[in-house]
Amino acid sequence: MSEMNPNQGSPARQQAAQTVESLQRRRFIGAAGAAAGLAIAPGVMLIEVAHGRPEEQAASSAVRWGMLVDATKCGTGCNDCVTACSTENGWTPVAESAHPKQAPQWIRKLELQDPLTQMETNLPMMCQHCAEPPCVDVCPTGASFKRADGIVLVNRHTCIGCRYCMMACPYKARSLVHEQLNDTQKPDVPRGIGCVESCTFCVQKVDRGDGTTACVEACTASGHNALVFGDMNDPESEISRKLREIPTKQVRADLNLNLGVRYHGI
Amino acid sequence: MASLMQRASRAAFLAAAIVWAGLLPAQGGAPKPVIEKAVKGQQCVEDTEYMRKNHMKVLNHHRDKTVIEGIRTKKHSLKECINCHASEKTGSVAKSKDDFCVSCHTYAAVKIDCFECHSTKPQGPMTMHPLNADTAHYKHKLAAGAKKPVSVDDMAKVAQ
Repeated sequence: MSEMNPNQGSPARQQAAQTVESLQRRRFIGAAGAAAGLAIAPGVMLIEVAHGRPEEQAASSAVRWGMLVDATKCGTGCNDCVTACSTENGWTPVAESAHPKQAPQWIRKLELQDPLTQMETNLPMMCQHCAEPPCVDVCPTGASFKRADGIVLVNRHTCIGCRYCMMACPYKARSLVHEQLNDTQKPDVPRGIGCVESCTFCVQKVDRGDGTTACVEACTASGHNALVFGDMNDPESEISRKLREIPTKQVRADLNLNLGVRYHGI
Repeated sequence: MASLMQRASRAAFLAAAIVWAGLLPAQGGAPKPVIEKAVKGQQCVEDTEYMRKNHMKVLNHHRDKTVIEGIRTKKHSLKECINCHASEKTGSVAKSKDDFCVSCHTYAAVKIDCFECHSTKPQGPMTMHPLNADTAHYKHKLAAGAKKPVSVDDMAKVAQ
């Protein structure tokens, strides 16, 4: 309603103007940061650019990893992102599990249909990497935590498998490992019985500096290009550019969780 | 008569004590752990004595750095321990009772939880680190595994 108000001096107007200004200011600071990130001497960086984080440097809150899912491009019946995730992270796909109802699902494909128009929508659903994660709020041991760069993780060393976080998550993104894994884990992805787990945004790949995740790689390889992964704090990143250009939604935006996964076309 | 009996029983006791003492070292204690040599590399990231006592502190510290802060330096990472210490036979640090971690932990009766979640096997094939000045004398071993015959020049380098 405030947009319709002809009064130029309305508080809403002023606020909007300020937002535009602060956005431009932020863009300028970002650009300045990028310039400062240039090498001042060979091998010496003033500010390290997100993707090339040296291995002895901690994850920084200057970065916020996020993903954009373009549901209009997501292929019907395509399961490549799910397969890629299970291969990368070593979890058994639901179809191959002896107990499908309790099999871990780090990412799943959803097929939705509007009952009025019969319109079908395809999308992958996984941990939304909330800025205000309910799973972290309820965890009694502090095992569920949000890393500085916005990735929501489970510290399996402190997880007691109580599953409060599974109850708290509005996206059903978490699963408990019910069975012995008998040394089938990947060296980079430790996981085991009695711990809760979920999508990690392929944290092992992010830390390695790949700047992408297994599902995104698979989606790109299949030619659908429905997934984009990147730093939402960097105004020049592909994801930030797309988020500026196309309308996107957060699932259950009413919960005000500020999600790290955004959807277009839902 | 009594003194004779006493003397005989004392002698028997002594004999039994000697036999028992003789058997003692053979039966005493659990079998000592087998400590396999690391397949890769020549020297651990810290002194061996320090690591024997404190490896758990080093690992716990690095674990928190990795999980919470995302610092994945190689020096104190469990993955690198496994890369070096996995047995050549089983390819693992905890599969059979003589494997590096299990061997000592069984002896000390300390349960390890690491491998409830962590893989006990290294990533990829088990290969040697590239040779450096300290390990150059192993060159002949590599040459033995190579398909092409070792030249005289190669052998001369090994000798140096």
